[in-house]
Amino acid sequence: MLHLSVAVDQQSAHDADSYVALARLAERGGFDFVTLDDTFARPGPDALAVLSRVAPATSRIGLVPTVTTTHTEPFHVQAAVATLDWVSRGRAGWRLDVSTTEGEARLFGSRQAAAADALWQEAGEVADVAAKLWDSWEDDAEIRDVPTGRFIDRDKLHHVDFRGTSFSVKGPSIVPRPPQGHPVRVVDATDGQARRTAARYADVALVRAAGAGQAADVRAQLRSRAAEYGREPGQPKVLASLLVDLGAGEHAAEPGHGGGGPRQSAQGPLYRGGPVDLAELIAGWHGEGVVDGFHLVPAEPLRDLERLVNGTVALLQHRGLFRTFYPGSTLREHLGLARPANQWAVTGGAS
Amino acid sequence: MHLAAHFPGVDNTTVWADPDSGSQIEFASFEHLARTAERGLFDFLFLAEGLRLREHKGRIHDLDVVGRPESITVLNALAAVTERLGLAATVDAGFNEPYELARRFATLDHLSGGRAAWNVVTSSDAFTGENFRRGGYLDRAERYPRAAEFLDTARELWDSWTPDGIPRPFAHRGRHFDIAGEFTLPRSPQGHPVVIQAGDSEEGREFAASAADVVLARQRSLEDGRVFYADVKRRLAKYGRAPGDLKIMPGVGVVLGDTAAEAQERAAEIRRQQTSPQTALLTLEQIWGVDLSSYDPDGPLPDIDPVVDPALAHGRTRRGDTVAIAEKWRALSKEKGLSIRETVIEAGGRHFFTGTPEAVARELDEHVRREAADGFVLVPHLIPGGLDEFVDRVVPLLQERGAFRTEYRGTTLRSHLGLPEPGNRR
Repeated sequence: MLHLSVAVDQQSAHDADSYVALARLAERGGFDFVTLDDTFARPGPDALAVLSRVAPATSRIGLVPTVTTTHTEPFHVQAAVATLDWVSRGRAGWRLDVSTTEGEARLFGSRQAAAADALWQEAGEVADVAAKLWDSWEDDAEIRDVPTGRFIDRDKLHHVDFRGTSFSVKGPSIVPRPPQGHPVRVVDATDGQARRTAARYADVALVRAAGAGQAADVRAQLRSRAAEYGREPGQPKVLASLLVDLGAGEHAAEPGHGGGGPRQSAQGPLYRGGPVDLAELIAGWHGEGVVDGFHLVPAEPLRDLERLVNGTVALLQHRGLFRTFYPGSTLREHLGLARPANQWAVTGGAS
Repeated sequence: MHLAAHFPGVDNTTVWADPDSGSQIEFASFEHLARTAERGLFDFLFLAEGLRLREHKGRIHDLDVVGRPESITVLNALAAVTERLGLAATVDAGFNEPYELARRFATLDHLSGGRAAWNVVTSSDAFTGENFRRGGYLDRAERYPRAAEFLDTARELWDSWTPDGIPRPFAHRGRHFDIAGEFTLPRSPQGHPVVIQAGDSEEGREFAASAADVVLARQRSLEDGRVFYADVKRRLAKYGRAPGDLKIMPGVGVVLGDTAAEAQERAAEIRRQQTSPQTALLTLEQIWGVDLSSYDPDGPLPDIDPVVDPALAHGRTRRGDTVAIAEKWRALSKEKGLSIRETVIEAGGRHFFTGTPEAVARELDEHVRREAADGFVLVPHLIPGGLDEFVDRVVPLLQERGAFRTEYRGTTLRSHLGLPEPGNRR
């Protein structure tokens, strides 16, 4: 099964309507999920807030905001992501990222930024404690037992007693276990420092690669590391992340690009051409088993997303390579990921 | 008159055992209450916060509703299913940083078209701090000063872009925060989100007078309410503010009936439901400070004296002088011949505005006309339908009396509350 996701990033948009319009368009195209990037370093609204605002205006598409882990509180972050899962009825994801710049550190009163290696290790710990906190409520913890007067069975709530390198969390979460159990964790694994964290914790890894060979290499490395961490085969799902500029025409690819594949640009691998050629490229890489799907970042959000939906996706659907409707209702179902068992219920950990 | 709807959280307000009590976590419940409030032309919906599950005798408290979603995220979603209703979140300044929180509230204000409000609380206790990087370390005396500087800093950030939407660098250097850079959003539709404050203490009142737009107050009798109201309003002049710049809204429960007697009966029943036998014993244990699980809730109060500094409960508001309370409760029990449960209901139970819709409308109106309140935060005992009856039966009567709006005139929460748009201080 081919998986497709698309970014709904926009320059200097902070009203709800434009984001809702893009997400609805993506949902019409049957995309697995939309992403909305975020950082404290440049203008724009809080991404998780925007996708919460989008949630009631959509019904099936997955919603994956970037939430950084460097200057934020792990306890708040996991609660917000869990809540996004509740308000979207099981469609939340979370793209983890770190804040590497001194400018971001100054916004929080620090003088210097830590090294990327350390920040990604911390991001892994945040991913880990988040999952523990999501599991800190067993699914059937709420009992409403009138004879004993008990709203919950407190044996099914658990202190997590997490001790990381730079923080600790007692738990349990204030939010009951979210509908998906664990909202889907996404990591851009292109940079080496992020790859270990992605291999261990990501359900979906993004790889910015201009060539199929490079994407295949990164996936192989991610999968073998994931196996070392004891994860199931086939995890994480790997999506090739491409900038797409479909402004050049409906069919004709720019000579040397499009049909010839993406090329490196300052912003990352860029595909420039027509929507039909892009469909060819997607079908090609996916058919060769190089990746599990694609994450597409439109150069011109509305224009390119319209062309993706009406051109690229329509063609892939016509060939039977991509869904024409959503058989499931949660993001995990779209991605073919099982709802995870609760680590406390399985191991019988004490509260 | 201003009205707000409170989605009750994790105390014994909510009668979860009632068959009409729905989910406390699913979005549909929040949507129902928000739509009801907007149908009733309420000023805003209000969400509380708790950052550590409460514990009793070293274990997680299990008798009340436990668990809730994260407030700001829910409000952003509610902005999609409402058009005019204000959206207020309680967020503890003690466990946040100004840059991130100012950004989250500015985002809510942008995405909702000017309907955001922040109920500023400031706790920072060690128990809650165990869930956070920063821990809980603040001296009681430092909490309000830090919250005041936090709010000041947030306002600097909210004002930091030019009116034409160009970011300007900011630098704040104070006792608690030393930050610099650029904010990520232009000034939001309300200028500043509405600021709410719920402290009843001397410091809380002063903080509200200096910096808040709305005070959430305890429910009081008409006379006590008038004293509180006058006390808070007289503090405003010192800060160059007019009496209308700060709205005083007590949290209240309302119980309706077709007759006064029926309403009284329903109110008594709700109080009884809110105080289950187990809850009665637990309430007593909080005051006595010892295990009382062997006592019969339908029997007499304990003969033993309470311990002086009880530490059984974590994550709750302290109950003050427990020895004096115990003495009072024993006297009450003796005088009226009440059991443990009956005593807890009688002494600790909530007071409602109780009566026919006409009587309740008249009483609410009187509190506002006689300057005991500018409005009310209604606290239903059932989710999600607990305010349906009030909106259907009381709001029209308030409108007939000319006491409450018949339509939303403006689009922002500030306009509903009649608050001026804050000037840009830069």
